[in-house]
Amino acid sequence: MKALAVEGLAKRFDEVQAVSHVGFEVSEGELFGFLGPNGAGKTTTINMLTGLARPDAGSIRIAGIDCTRNPKAAQHLMAVVPDESNLYPELTGFENLSFCAALYGMRKNQRQSRAHELLSTFGLTEAGDRKFAGYSKGMKRKLTIAAGIIHQPRILFLDEPTTGIDVASARQIRQLIADLHHTGTTVFLTTHYIEEAERLCSRIAFIVQGKIIRTDTVSNLIAPVQGKHVLQLTVEHAQAGLKQELVDQFPKLTFSDPGRGMIRVEADEPVRVGPLVRFLEDQGVEVNEARRMRLSLEDVFVQITGIEADALKDEKENKGSRR
Amino acid sequence: MKHRIAFWNIFVKDLRAYYLKPPNISWGLVFPLAWTGMFFIKSGGLENIVTLVPGVVALSILFGTTSLLAVTVTFEKKGKSFDRLLLAPIPLKLLMLAKTSGAILFGIINAFVPILMALFLTDLSQVVWGAAVPAIVLIAVSSTFLGLFVAVSVSEVFEAQTFSNFFRFPMIFLCGLFFPIERLPVFLKPVSYCFPLTYGVDILHGAFHGNHVMPFLTDFLALTAFCVVLFLISLRNIERRWIL
Repeated sequence: MKALAVEGLAKRFDEVQAVSHVGFEVSEGELFGFLGPNGAGKTTTINMLTGLARPDAGSIRIAGIDCTRNPKAAQHLMAVVPDESNLYPELTGFENLSFCAALYGMRKNQRQSRAHELLSTFGLTEAGDRKFAGYSKGMKRKLTIAAGIIHQPRILFLDEPTTGIDVASARQIRQLIADLHHTGTTVFLTTHYIEEAERLCSRIAFIVQGKIIRTDTVSNLIAPVQGKHVLQLTVEHAQAGLKQELVDQFPKLTFSDPGRGMIRVEADEPVRVGPLVRFLEDQGVEVNEARRMRLSLEDVFVQITGIEADALKDEKENKGSRR
Repeated sequence: MKHRIAFWNIFVKDLRAYYLKPPNISWGLVFPLAWTGMFFIKSGGLENIVTLVPGVVALSILFGTTSLLAVTVTFEKKGKSFDRLLLAPIPLKLLMLAKTSGAILFGIINAFVPILMALFLTDLSQVVWGAAVPAIVLIAVSSTFLGLFVAVSVSEVFEAQTFSNFFRFPMIFLCGLFFPIERLPVFLKPVSYCFPLTYGVDILHGAFHGNHVMPFLTDFLALTAFCVVLFLISLRNIERRWIL
């Protein structure tokens, strides 16, 4: 049985078609990535899956339960960790966890032992008696994830879990997500961070402007670019028409211009740096740096969506700095 | 059983996080004291205390309950912690009853502050408690649900307070507290019957000093109807506005 089966999901807000004919399946125990820029429809999709929004069309099945008309039917099986920590600032960490467990009908002794266990797992035992309002961003995010899994849900929806927090906390959270996945929890992860999705997820769906444009395993997505060799040159004084001269001189190489004084060279064989640099210098171009690169999911994302990864990074940085 | 645990914990959490905070406790004491003082100065003597208590009780409940719903519901919705409740496997009706039960209790406790004060100043042996206590409970429930209706109709806490006054002040002046309904201008009389407080105040007047306009049964039925209608409208608004 599929943990999550979605078909033809659509949602419109006034004039904006937020989500259009979205469909995918997530297997039990899978870590599924949902990747797209801001406003692509990721949160709207999560809201429909979890019952915070009603779909205009389509069907949702969670662990075989039809939730299209009755979203409450499967809420005991799932948990949602939103992109902003939404626990109670006036309660302590322990009280927050205990309260969240009570919402799922857990008895007092169960609640307390599970809350202690999670505080320990997430490295928050010492902060357990402190009010949530006084936690750092990273601690808040960790406690919010702990609150999400307090009732041991079968499906966990994680919305941008590492956005806007420090590097150390983000690393810890990624490890916690991986550990959860290994214990058999189905994880539905939305993220801006392509490298995070690449590292954690087994399958990924790319969503752009409310539509899923590709769903596949990470290895399948990366396969077309895996044999490619890439060299990125940082240059100065490049004249117009340089690209055509490069193409004429090195017909086996593919040149592109990612902007900001860079030349990107792709080939099916390792690119020889020397002839390239010499040619450029002969043309009066100053080469500051030549870097061999491994093609990653980020490149696949750019190829498939046409959205520059830099634009995505800018979005996530802006999002992070707003917090 | 699971729903009972969830209900009880939402109720207790709200009591601890909001209602039992020192500012709210002092509000619950100071507000009825201020109203009592105001009415006492206006009437000018201890002999009128029995006629003043129903008004003070009604106003204490009205302001205590409607003000706090803006915090427990609108504030939580704004901070997204209310979404956590909407995502829990609890029926919406039960969830909202849990969220409002703290305010109802707070309103009832507020009501007994002026009554306790009056006990020290005058003889309340003639009061029909069998009518007064259920009336206090129903005023607390209807006022809370009015507060809920307001809280789910707005997005910001300050909007909730402003919108509450849109109902509270006309209700205070037209429910028979300051002016008997029979002495209101003809065009305002029907308006006064559109407010739940009119029926609650009428029962309290009857229970405290025997001077009421409508039969108790009519008052109780009207108050109950207001409670049901306000609650159902609030639920519908939550489903329409918050579950998009």
